[in-house]
Amino acid sequence: MFKKLAISAVAALTLSTGAAMAAGGAGHVEDIDFSFEGPFGTFDQNQLQRGLKVYTQVCSACHGMKYVPLRTLGDEGGPHLPMDQVRAYSERFEVFDEELDDFRPAKPTDHFPMSNDPNAPDLSLMAKARAGFSGPQGTGLAQLFKGMGGPEYIYSLLTGYTGKDKMEAGTVFYENTAFPGGWIAMAPALYGEDVEFDDGHANTIESQSEDVAAFLMWAAEPKMMARQQAGLTGVIFLTVLTVLLYLTNKRIWAPIKGKKNV
Amino acid sequence: MSGIPHDHYEPKTGGEKWLHSRLPIVGLLYDTIMIPTPKNLNWMWIWGIVLTFCLALQIITGIVLVMHYTPHVDLAFASIEHIMRNVNGGHMIRYLHMNGASLFFLAVYMHIFRGLYYGSYKAPREITWIIGMLIYLMMMGTAFMGYVLPWGQMSFWGATVITGLFGAIPFIGESIQTWLLGGPAVDNATLNRFFSLHYLLPFVIAALVAVHIWAFHTTGNNNPTGVEVRRGSKAEAAKDTVSFWPYFVIKDLFALGLIMVVFFAVVGFMPNYLGHPDNYIEANALVTPSHIVPEWYFLPFYAILRAFDDTVWVVQLAGFLTGGIIDAKFFGVLAMFGAIAVMALAPWLDTSSVRSGRYRPMFKWWFALLVVDFMVLMWVGAMPAEGIYPIIALIGSAYWFAYFLIILPLLGVIEKPLPQPETIEADFDAHYPQKSGDAGQTAATPAE
Repeated sequence: MFKKLAISAVAALTLSTGAAMAAGGAGHVEDIDFSFEGPFGTFDQNQLQRGLKVYTQVCSACHGMKYVPLRTLGDEGGPHLPMDQVRAYSERFEVFDEELDDFRPAKPTDHFPMSNDPNAPDLSLMAKARAGFSGPQGTGLAQLFKGMGGPEYIYSLLTGYTGKDKMEAGTVFYENTAFPGGWIAMAPALYGEDVEFDDGHANTIESQSEDVAAFLMWAAEPKMMARQQAGLTGVIFLTVLTVLLYLTNKRIWAPIKGKKNV
Repeated sequence: MSGIPHDHYEPKTGGEKWLHSRLPIVGLLYDTIMIPTPKNLNWMWIWGIVLTFCLALQIITGIVLVMHYTPHVDLAFASIEHIMRNVNGGHMIRYLHMNGASLFFLAVYMHIFRGLYYGSYKAPREITWIIGMLIYLMMMGTAFMGYVLPWGQMSFWGATVITGLFGAIPFIGESIQTWLLGGPAVDNATLNRFFSLHYLLPFVIAALVAVHIWAFHTTGNNNPTGVEVRRGSKAEAAKDTVSFWPYFVIKDLFALGLIMVVFFAVVGFMPNYLGHPDNYIEANALVTPSHIVPEWYFLPFYAILRAFDDTVWVVQLAGFLTGGIIDAKFFGVLAMFGAIAVMALAPWLDTSSVRSGRYRPMFKWWFALLVVDFMVLMWVGAMPAEGIYPIIALIGSAYWFAYFLIILPLLGVIEKPLPQPETIEADFDAHYPQKSGDAGQTAATPAE
């Protein structure tokens, strides 16, 4: 049922790279101008759908997203797939049903499966669990201006392979410019033209990496657009309230401060 | 409740009299809200309201979060994700609670440093200061235990490091640590008791806040001049004060509104800025994060904790004098708690007869240096303990102790203070010249 792809044979060979690495760190992380950055940023629905395709055909061979419910693929502010597509998409995964005591095709109410490879970290929160930017000198100013850099880190990791590898204790490590320490156990996952998009969108390594990084940002923070909306509403209403309070304050204090009337 | 003479509540109707003779609650509320307040309070006096708001915000959002949270090592992390993804508005409530803690500590630091500069801790306000310090300690305990609840990597390892501090106590440390954790290591028992206490302590804080307010309503507020309100008669007191409602309620609400605009921008647009990415990785006892860093509000004291390693001569001396009972680890723990203890003792360490830093030309500079020192310690607390950073942390820690233990007692003797205004009214009128001759009169009347 589950479609293993040719690429999975290569990508399956991974080691736990997750928590051992520091957030931020030594690697080089490219600053990408994602559509969802800044207070007024929004997810690009088409990009999320392309990213989902990359995730499905490449990443999901090893990685899982156990915290993400499949139904949320149909949510507004996300990939926003029609419900029949969400249903059809869900069926490509198998989940264990305790009542049936057997495996069955997943339903939209189920979550994405967990990682196939125990050494491949779960990707549900990866875009928030890494900080691509840090400093300078521990001040956090870089994150203030560029954002935390989670999706940028994912992009830089996917595009950061130099092509060199080495064997250590029976494991192949690949040189990667974004990964802290420079050598990662995950094999290069993208080679360019790994995924065909229906609309013929570019499928270079860079373009696919950007799409899947955006998708993983949505997976980690599915309510981002709702949150920014709430934040903006809050800021506007509170600003109005504050102006009114300022005027009230000025007026009631005027006689105390010896000003006649305002 | 107040020592400053002012009009008290008089029950007028039959119903009011009936209630008042049985439970004078309206009178209590009236006296609290109408308390005469020095009219020259500046913008540093708004943090009390912000803190009260923060406590309410944390309790309300916290109660809602508890409805959806599961305190179990296998389920806690997933239940947070459930809140973030499935609960209506859950992501917003959680981010408010997360960032609310940061606002709480920002406000408490402003409030404490306000008190340190204007000498609010001095007689007769020592009890207010001590209660405040207790509240601050409880806040730290509550925030620390709250940070463990999401059961991320930083939760788990932060809990391991901080509870390990108790293990540094000679002889009985290990037993205490095991007793605190409910086992040999941070595990389900730890998570459960932290959850229980994280829910309990805010209500203890609320009770202490009531005592804090009671105490300073008895002594009256301090003010930027440090000169006391005249209490000879009601008319005299009215020249120095205005009633809390509406003058300071509206002023404080305006300031709170301004702070809320920034707070909502942070919650809405960068809610994870002050957090640590590692806490979005589920706790794993087998994988240690490369840098274990506490939240920003603990960093200054974390820096003091780490500053005293066994290369420092005071640590070596303490070890020698106690026959090795006080080792570097225990010394660090003593230093960290000592840093807060010396702050709590400020009322008795400060020998100056002048209350406000405004009229203390030398104190001003030492105080400014203390603020810089606090920032430097916060910064160095986030850096790895290698290279030049431990030296900076050591100098910063030394100054922190020197300020309270040497500079404050000494300044009172050698410093020549500037002349202080006779009354609060004189200071206020110097800032806001009254236009007509009878302005002083009109200024006092609206308070009635």
